[in-house]
Amino acid sequence: MYSRAYKTLVSLPPLLWVGLFLLLPYALVFAHSFWAVHDGVLLHRWNFENYVTLFSKPVYIEVLLRTMRIAASVTLCSLLLGYPLAYYLSFHAEARKELLYQLVIVPLWVSYLVRGYAWKTILGSEGVLNAFLQYLHLTHEPVAFLLYSPFAVVLMLTHIYTPFVFLPIYAALEHIPRSLVEASADLGAGSVQTFLRVILPLSIPGLLAGATFAFVLSLGDFLAPLLVGGASGTMIANIVQSLFGAAYDWPLGAAISVCILIITISLLFLSERLEKRWSFK
Amino acid sequence: MSSAANAIETAASTSGVLLEVRGVAKSFGARNVLGNISLNIAQGEFLTLLGESGSGKTTLLRLVAGFEEPTAGEIWMSGQRLDVLPPYKRRVNTVFQHYALFPHLTVRENVAYGLRVKKTSRAQIGGRVDEALRTVKMQEFADSRPSKLSGGQQQRVALARALINRPLLLLLDEPLSALDANLRKQMQSELKALQREIGITFLFVTHDQEEAMVLSDRIALLRDGALEQVASPREIYAHPATAYTAQFIGQTNLLRGEILDGMARCGALEWPADGPRGAALFSLRPEAIRLASEAVVPPGTARFRAALQQQFFSGASELLEVNCGGQLLRVRISARGPLSGEHEFVFSATDAIRVQE
Repeated sequence: MYSRAYKTLVSLPPLLWVGLFLLLPYALVFAHSFWAVHDGVLLHRWNFENYVTLFSKPVYIEVLLRTMRIAASVTLCSLLLGYPLAYYLSFHAEARKELLYQLVIVPLWVSYLVRGYAWKTILGSEGVLNAFLQYLHLTHEPVAFLLYSPFAVVLMLTHIYTPFVFLPIYAALEHIPRSLVEASADLGAGSVQTFLRVILPLSIPGLLAGATFAFVLSLGDFLAPLLVGGASGTMIANIVQSLFGAAYDWPLGAAISVCILIITISLLFLSERLEKRWSFK
Repeated sequence: MSSAANAIETAASTSGVLLEVRGVAKSFGARNVLGNISLNIAQGEFLTLLGESGSGKTTLLRLVAGFEEPTAGEIWMSGQRLDVLPPYKRRVNTVFQHYALFPHLTVRENVAYGLRVKKTSRAQIGGRVDEALRTVKMQEFADSRPSKLSGGQQQRVALARALINRPLLLLLDEPLSALDANLRKQMQSELKALQREIGITFLFVTHDQEEAMVLSDRIALLRDGALEQVASPREIYAHPATAYTAQFIGQTNLLRGEILDGMARCGALEWPADGPRGAALFSLRPEAIRLASEAVVPPGTARFRAALQQQFFSGASELLEVNCGGQLLRVRISARGPLSGEHEFVFSATDAIRVQE
């Protein structure tokens, strides 16, 4: 139907884009991870040193594990917030549905940085929350763990990624034919049974997509730990950033990046497999 | 209790009324979908709600199922008020228009659903599900998912699923509308046989008058949210109360004329008719008119000459469109080969049924 020339012309820009801005950088990162730095000079000498360092120095593994713990907490918290919200909007909000939907989306328009600084003013020792707690005489001095802690990172990332979890769950719930819910009630199931036996199983693909978003995005985040994480809230992306920056050890940074990439790609692959397993069309 | 009230009570229980719809109305916001419907359904009856889309037939079904609440009126089933109960507490089950089978469950799990949510024992579930699948001849598909089944097979599973809880009343919302013509005919006959076999009362919704005629013990014809006529298929066909009913159920010729001195006149047509003088509307079925074969017309018969305009052959019979003095009439005769020109036709005066506007 379309001529060869036309097909080539249409597919060239995306292929170039993917090649230049995705595959090439990945290849460079991959290559760097097998090179070395000596006295501030990059040596194109192939070796496994970086990976050995990565797995022998406890600090990297520790931060990587902490990062995964934080990402898992963010995923769990966003699901606990996002699922009930999506369920309420899809099944019970009725006339308020549109308005509430917009209210969930609006924060996505606000700059990430602005939201980060907002949390700083809320959680800081002179912040809104501490002032309020002291006003109520619940505490006598500022509560320190609120800011510059893994807790603050989880809080901020949860705030930022809950809409990303909400959206695919909401879409999945909206796609459940209402006649199935009626059929369930018709056959004698109360609302709890209908939820557990019909709605929840049919929303699993959306739930998995949302969870994957939250986990993968949190895993690679470096701004939240930078803004509100402090030393105890440092995540793996901060280490990569410093290795590529001040520490000037691109090969080690690249090796860590490759590890994160492998984790991320495996997760995406797994999530897609599971989503397929749970979709019935 | 007074003896009068007692007598009424006894009458109600012995007459075998299963479902009573008492003055039910339903509106969605400012839109009135049903107004003041009263209807009884007898034990074991096959009653069809027939009507065009927007006539309120599906809304009435959904009120009985419990998916909607009536704006006014009450619904009773075997002496118990139904409309105040949630759907899951009614001994009523539904076969949905597009079956609404659970896509994540197998055929067996779909059928077992109603028993499982009621915490029936595993052993009992197995036996009853097998029995239900046998009834609808779907045992061999027990472990398939609904997406692997054809429309007719999904239909059977939907039936088995709805019957597993042994409802007092089965609601069917245009269950055959998604099937092709041949399968539809076959399912109609199976449905009728099934209803006779299990003896459950059926409340069936359709917009297809032919389907309603074939299946029902009684038809309730709905028009703009009100009952137009409730009667058996034969009665409603032979004695339509209104012009709308006469046109909706089967084909008819509507003759607008007047009665004068014991004779009805409509254009060139004239036949003996009782009733006060004045304007009147009659329904005359196409098959009530036939080609005149005898030279002398017996009393009580109308005879007229008309020119053939079109002839539609349809196998056993053919439909003629004839022009009688500017009035177009449809005539159905048994197949007899091509005709042309003018012919003499007759019909019996008793077949011209007086109907309301």
